[in-house]
Amino acid sequence: MPSHQAPAREETGAQPRAGAPAAGTARPSRARPAWLAGALVVLAASMVAGLLGGAADISPWQVVLQAADWLPFVHVDSGLTPVEQGLLFELRLPRVIVAAVVGGLLAMAGAGYQGVFRNPLADPYLLGAAAGAGLTTTVAIVLLSVPGNAIPVAAFAGALGGVFLAYALGHSAGRGGGTATLVLAGVAVTSFLTAVQTFIQQFKVEELQRVYAWILGDIGGGWEQAVMVLPYGAVSAAVLLLHGRMLDVLSVGDEEAASLGLRAGRVRLVVLMAASLATAAAVASSGLIGFVGIVVPHVVRRLAGGSYRIVLPLSLIGGAAFLVLADLVARTVLAPAELPIGVVTMFVGAPFFVAVLRMTRRTLT
Amino acid sequence: MIEARSVSVRLGERDVLTGVDLGVGRGEWLAVIGPNGAGKSTLLKAVMGLVAHRGDVTLDGRPAARLRPRERARLMAYAPQTPALPADMTVFDYALLGRTPYIPYLGRESRSDREIAASVLDRLDLTAFAGRRVGELSGGERQRVVLARALAQQAPVLLLDEPTTALDLGHQQQVLELVDRLRRADGLTVVSTLHDLTVAGLYADSLLLIADGRAAAAGEPAEVLTEPLVGRHFDARVRIEPGPGGRPVVHLVRGGT
Repeated sequence: MPSHQAPAREETGAQPRAGAPAAGTARPSRARPAWLAGALVVLAASMVAGLLGGAADISPWQVVLQAADWLPFVHVDSGLTPVEQGLLFELRLPRVIVAAVVGGLLAMAGAGYQGVFRNPLADPYLLGAAAGAGLTTTVAIVLLSVPGNAIPVAAFAGALGGVFLAYALGHSAGRGGGTATLVLAGVAVTSFLTAVQTFIQQFKVEELQRVYAWILGDIGGGWEQAVMVLPYGAVSAAVLLLHGRMLDVLSVGDEEAASLGLRAGRVRLVVLMAASLATAAAVASSGLIGFVGIVVPHVVRRLAGGSYRIVLPLSLIGGAAFLVLADLVARTVLAPAELPIGVVTMFVGAPFFVAVLRMTRRTLT
Repeated sequence: MIEARSVSVRLGERDVLTGVDLGVGRGEWLAVIGPNGAGKSTLLKAVMGLVAHRGDVTLDGRPAARLRPRERARLMAYAPQTPALPADMTVFDYALLGRTPYIPYLGRESRSDREIAASVLDRLDLTAFAGRRVGELSGGERQRVVLARALAQQAPVLLLDEPTTALDLGHQQQVLELVDRLRRADGLTVVSTLHDLTVAGLYADSLLLIADGRAAAAGEPAEVLTEPLVGRHFDARVRIEPGPGGRPVVHLVRGGT
């Protein structure tokens, strides 16, 4: 240890009980109400913006009134015509909700994977989970004609398979595996699974258009899509949110976690399953939307702290807001044409990924 | 307090430990010494139940293998040689991890858990650091923070793997004095590996010399720290003199003449 650090420590150590300033900090990290409230306000604002997007003759205030009117037991006159109301309710609202749910799930799944692998670069997209889910979903649609509501189950199997492959590959490639090894393995798995998936989708040319649209991120499926993703999303979100403290314990490593009486393997498995279910639900409904799982948890950590008890709930809310806004951009930037939403998230996410990579290189090793 | 009988550990193709016995009474300090790669750390992990091993370990008369992980964690706390410190976590959160064996699986810590963590930080003069991120601490501070986490477990046994590695002289003394003080105050039983033989002889009640995965000698410091034993097992030329309190002091001997 450099000796020049000693005096500084001596100084601070010499006056320990002097004041009470530290007393206020002596509480565990938890998503503070202020942060939660702030995140919810951001989410609400982005949802209103999402509902507005593109329509010139609807004012934000009318959207807020109309949104209030949709709430049970609340009746407000928004002054919108039935056609405008129909547009909002049948097209925009489900779209915003699907974007919010999918974004929240992807961000939270990313945070969950990061906790399981103790790797800030883990992400459903980069780990092979999304590609695995994409492959099995394509197989389910193109080859097996599986009914729509069973597709997330197929996607779940694929997501787990993808993560397992990436992990096994990363583990065999580099013992102890640096943070980059797992991601490199994930990229290899993703490329391979995507190639297989592309091969299969070419089987049925009449499905090609649909599969393509879905793969690049399609959230315009209306209420049906929202209903499909919600139950799986709710289960995985509940499980992940309950495991925040466990992931904090896991962050000291398996051996120490075991010395604290934790069965690390079991916690890993449960969180891995939940994160993969969240990924599967998101991918099955909306295709491959990359980098949400890296961008959002990372921003949350910077702003609110590193404990998973904070990172998980705030990632859920932040991811929802992020994808709603990404969808807004996708719809408006080339209007009247639409950009696939996955393109928008990658545009933001890829540079971000490089930034995170640089930072981890500096702090780890 | 701890009895281990013929502990053997095999990692891959290599026998890391072969038939090692270990015994330490309540409130005593046992130092495990030995050359690099002798199996000191592995012995500690075997006692803690972190590596697969043969042989019996009993804790306070109870077979350790039959304890559930949480029960064992309430009896023994372990601080590894190079702890993984989550850089973003606050010092208080990190110390609170020591309460894990008392918190229900999906539950959250109670008020008393928080108070215990706070009081441990206070005892180690870390209260001023409670809100700091672990990644911002200096080496000496980190060592104390790891100790704080182990103490928050309120286990009667402390297993410390090289608690003074990478610390300068003053910080070494500070940490060792701290462990010694806590041991006397709370009647803790301490098992630690220590690479500095003089330091081991100074603080420990008894020493266990491990060489090549076997127990080469065990007993009071003056019985284990002898010129023939140290010379043979460490492959070193040393002179050993009785120091203050009859505790042996180990000197290196320079030159070939």
